[in-house]
Amino acid sequence: MTDIAPRATRVVTSTGGRRRHRGGGPRAGTIVAFVTPFFLPFVLFYLVPVGYAIWQSFLVVRRTGGQYGTSYTTFGGFEQYTKVFQNDEFWSSIGRIGLFGVVQVPVMLFVALVMALLLDTPLLKLKAFFRITAFMPYAVPGVIAAIMWSYLYSPQISPLVDGLKSVGLHPDFLGPGAVLWSAANVSTWLWTGYNMLIMFSALQSIPQELYEAAKLDGASNWTIAWQIKVPIIAPSIILTTVFSIIGTLQLYAEPAVLRQISSNISSTYTPNMLAYAVASGNNYQQAAAISVVIAVITFVLSFGFMRLTSKKAGL
Amino acid sequence: MALMLLLAIYFLLPVYFLIVAATKPQSDLASTNGLAFSHFDLFSNLSTLFSRSDGIFLKWALNSVIYAVLGAAVGTLISALCGYALAKFTFRGREFLFSVILGGVLVPTTALALPLFLLFSATGIVNTYFAVFLPSIVSPFGVYLARIFASAAVPEEILESARLDGAGEFRTFFSVAIRLMAPSLVTIFLFQFVAIWNNFFLPMVMLQKESLFPITLGLFEWNGQTARAPLLQESVITGSLVSIVPVIILFLLLQRFWRTGLASGALK
Repeated sequence: MTDIAPRATRVVTSTGGRRRHRGGGPRAGTIVAFVTPFFLPFVLFYLVPVGYAIWQSFLVVRRTGGQYGTSYTTFGGFEQYTKVFQNDEFWSSIGRIGLFGVVQVPVMLFVALVMALLLDTPLLKLKAFFRITAFMPYAVPGVIAAIMWSYLYSPQISPLVDGLKSVGLHPDFLGPGAVLWSAANVSTWLWTGYNMLIMFSALQSIPQELYEAAKLDGASNWTIAWQIKVPIIAPSIILTTVFSIIGTLQLYAEPAVLRQISSNISSTYTPNMLAYAVASGNNYQQAAAISVVIAVITFVLSFGFMRLTSKKAGL
Repeated sequence: MALMLLLAIYFLLPVYFLIVAATKPQSDLASTNGLAFSHFDLFSNLSTLFSRSDGIFLKWALNSVIYAVLGAAVGTLISALCGYALAKFTFRGREFLFSVILGGVLVPTTALALPLFLLFSATGIVNTYFAVFLPSIVSPFGVYLARIFASAAVPEEILESARLDGAGEFRTFFSVAIRLMAPSLVTIFLFQFVAIWNNFFLPMVMLQKESLFPITLGLFEWNGQTARAPLLQESVITGSLVSIVPVIILFLLLQRFWRTGLASGALK
């Protein structure tokens, strides 16, 4: 920074010397240079695969001259999609994931919300400790979390099974009825603290005066929590729900690990496992159709949920 | 309070169990109480772990570090450039570009992995470091965060004065804006680091060569072999502990950055 005069001349030269946008921003070439390093990989590794999957899902492999003839790939319209919808394994995997999501997501988010509200009250001690222990599982990869829990489920090793046996219970965490909930427990363990922290951060940005005003009006802590705090952080709750829906439909690692020790999980247990199993059988077009269906269901559910809740909340 | 203590026990239990189990000899795993220490064998477990299959575990650990640290570093830089441009430059199609990127947040990454595999096998980069590294650098959520942070942390006046002093846009970004954005860049880096570190489906689809595996995939493979080779169990347990403890420590130290990231994620 020198004196005023040279700066003033520079303003003149810089606006006059090069072509500038209406807003006074930089040239188009500069903008492209800023955006391209991200946008090019984004196109290559996000948009192109999405497009490629859609294209593949409309193809079929046919053979000329019977079973031993040469195969060729051709346009098959919605044939692959018809096959997906006629596939019983697809519907049972969707059913399982649906049941999983309908139970696990509300339970997890309710626990997360209660924890966030408790952490936000002045009454609770050891706040930092509780916050940190709850969030810690977020640093644990899903595969490792599932391995850890699978040892806690395994009848030979688990101290949990031993403990329950000593009080007369004989739990079978890997049995046909229980294994889905054992997987749900791993997801809950992993993600409750993450969701709790999102909600807690939102709670902390609420101005304190609001509570003081409510207290003057005679509101109890309970009323303040459910009538004031929860509605204000509704956007965060919606956000965590959408993330959880996406996560549920992507479920792979946890059931894949439990499958290593339980015969009650098939190779097509979740939609993603089905897609992978089909792709391993070299039926890429069918696998692509399954992937597209999963992605569409994810979009519809998460957008649907956002629309529904934001309408209700009057946003 | 009682409820919170109960929940804290729930969150700590598996890690505590892992720590105890990692110190035991294989023979004690099934025969002694899982929550009580027995014979202290941690160091021999560690040396078995690191010497197994010519030290492949160390290789996996290094691979995870390469994928996660390098991937998150490159990813953070390109997210920052793009998010900054979206926040600070006005140009036609800006909002459209941002919506397309935001749409990317909703695309399930597992749904991307299979078509990516087909594309990569056509170009021959399947089963190489690049097959896992390249897709990992893209983080639409990172751009979203970078845009929010750049709008909040970089005042227009500072940019104007840098421009008036004759600095080019890149110079302004690298010497002025990036410093103001530094705490938020750490946040973006952490989010992406954990996402890559935890990723399992992408490497599983892309890699056959064991020497390229990240830790998650390697331990998964070992865990699958324990039915036939029960002696691997102790190494799976010790390996799990070795792989999570440094990361847990790292992010407990960097906690405040998570909170900023989560708070701005929630502001939507």
